[in-house]
Amino acid sequence: MRRLLPVLTVVAALIVIWYAAAVALNGQWTRDQAARAGVEAGFGDILRDAFVQERPKLPAPHQVAAEFWRSTFVEEATGRRGIVRSGSLSNRSLIYHGLVTLSAAALGFAIGAGFGILLAVGIVHNRAMDASVMPWAIASQTVPILAIAPMIIVVLASVGVTGLVPKAVISAYLSFFPVVVGMVKGLRSPDPMQLDLMRTWGASGAQIFLRLRLPASVPYLFASMKVGAAAALVGAIVGELPVQEGGLGARLLAGSYYGQTVQIWAALMAAALLAAAIVGAIGAAERATLSRMGFGR
Amino acid sequence: MRALSARPGRWQGLAAGALGLALVALGGGAGGWPAALGLIMAAAAGGAVVGQQPGRVARWGALGVAAAALALAAARIAGAAVPGGGAGLWAGVAGVWLGAWMLVALVAEEAAGRRGAWRVLAPAAFGITLLWLWEVAVAGLGVPQAILPAPSAIGAKMAAAADVLWIDFVQTIVKGALSGYAMGAGAAVAVAVAVDRSPFLQRGLLPVGNFVAALPIVGIAPILVMWFGFDWQSKAAVVVVMVFFPVLVNTLAGLQATDRAGRDLMATWSASYWQALWKLRLPAAMPFVFNGLKIATTLALIGAIVAEFFGSPIKGMGFRISTEVGRLQLDMVWAEIAVAALAGSAFYGLVAAMERRVTFWHPSQRGRAGGPQRR
Repeated sequence: MRRLLPVLTVVAALIVIWYAAAVALNGQWTRDQAARAGVEAGFGDILRDAFVQERPKLPAPHQVAAEFWRSTFVEEATGRRGIVRSGSLSNRSLIYHGLVTLSAAALGFAIGAGFGILLAVGIVHNRAMDASVMPWAIASQTVPILAIAPMIIVVLASVGVTGLVPKAVISAYLSFFPVVVGMVKGLRSPDPMQLDLMRTWGASGAQIFLRLRLPASVPYLFASMKVGAAAALVGAIVGELPVQEGGLGARLLAGSYYGQTVQIWAALMAAALLAAAIVGAIGAAERATLSRMGFGR
Repeated sequence: MRALSARPGRWQGLAAGALGLALVALGGGAGGWPAALGLIMAAAAGGAVVGQQPGRVARWGALGVAAAALALAAARIAGAAVPGGGAGLWAGVAGVWLGAWMLVALVAEEAAGRRGAWRVLAPAAFGITLLWLWEVAVAGLGVPQAILPAPSAIGAKMAAAADVLWIDFVQTIVKGALSGYAMGAGAAVAVAVAVDRSPFLQRGLLPVGNFVAALPIVGIAPILVMWFGFDWQSKAAVVVVMVFFPVLVNTLAGLQATDRAGRDLMATWSASYWQALWKLRLPAAMPFVFNGLKIATTLALIGAIVAEFFGSPIKGMGFRISTEVGRLQLDMVWAEIAVAALAGSAFYGLVAAMERRVTFWHPSQRGRAGGPQRR
């Protein structure tokens, strides 16, 4: 309760702001309607209309939640293509699209994080790599990969790579960098006194790495893995924009094509929940690991 | 200093030399390969000698000779690379790669503990090697221009379209990304400091901020473009939202990073809240703040460019990329990407330089500023 109450307060405040913004932004529609009918729209009319429009500028939270509920559980339970009637997940439900996105993001994150850790170990232990690779790892992230993701998907498709892998490539590209930066910082976090102590004990390079640098880097690793996993999810979603093979990105684009703002926001909500689940899972692993390693306060 | 037995770059040099020797002995292949491989051998021999030279002049001389020989070989291979170049081409590529690795290792060893131009040499050599590899791969594999243009073609396009690139740069980076970055990061630090007084709000905002920082915020770009119009204001708005939460979360976490002893010491000195904040907690938070600021630099660029896909005036890097992809003018697309990468690197470098000035006391920065004791 002590931890939950502040969070709930902040969330409640955000929802209140959201409703107020919905009234402010959606009021124009009511005023336009009234102007066409030749009458004056009162504040009561605006308030009444703000939350029931079919294509509002900013849908109210309950509209988004209702759409989310309808396109997940209701669709699966009662829809013709839902899991209850057909035995497989409906391609109209956000659960199906969320799983498509999740699998691409997970594959990309695994590749990216693994590559990132290896690169960080190399950078910390090899002077040539430290001097030459790190500046380019940084420069690699200034390439706006999200901006050229559609191009990458199309180019990879033209050489015959389709399906999960192109999306995972983008996810990996986005997620390796936070891991490299965090791990390099973490592996360098033991201060010179600790390193000197290890040398005093005659520790070999491998021993210094395994007993001092690696344990010291674990908090940094988890912190950067959270960032990396979230980035991988973003990469997967953007990678889904050009190929309509399912996924939350495809839903976002479909929603924006047909002006279905409520559907866009429902897809965003699904993406948000997915991100929360991933980051929450890594956070739980972080707490368990760090407390076992004695990092707790 | 490192023991002499672990001479950096030695095995790479020897391997490059052996490769060259073997291929020359086997006849190498057609065209310019044998000559190029001979040059690689010379470079490798020069490099392998370097590690054993105690004198500075001899060492640098050998380094220079090796670099020149490698560059000649690389130019020769790039000039002669055609589709179906055969084993000779790829052996030459492998040889130059190994030779360049050796050079980077040697240069990095020389640069350790030095400042200025020396520190740029190794990354520059590595980058040039990568570009060369790209050039040769595009030529040697016969990759069509519409899939991946060669660096030389991109460079030519950049020179030819410099005025357009400059207009796009001002529109997207200066107006969209930088203004949004300043507003978003400034607001985030201000909010974090304001919230810091209330542990209640802090406990509430940290998880929520973490949550929002993990969201695919790019998804709201079409919505913000709808709200703020097509010009740079909507791009700045996307950047503000993208930048705000990473910086907020990092600053909040940083403000909690002081240890008990430090806080107790401040209390012992009966420091006021603001004194403790200014003298102890803000400085202690700086590594975290800069972590957030560095992450935010790339986010700002991405946000500004991606937002342009959903509507923009007829200038801007995102606009140019999306229209030129449609026209299959990939050299122009890559020219924009190169500008974005250069601008982003400069931006990141600026923030990192500020970080070094501000957080010189942090273990990850100590010993980086110079001196032979690097790790």
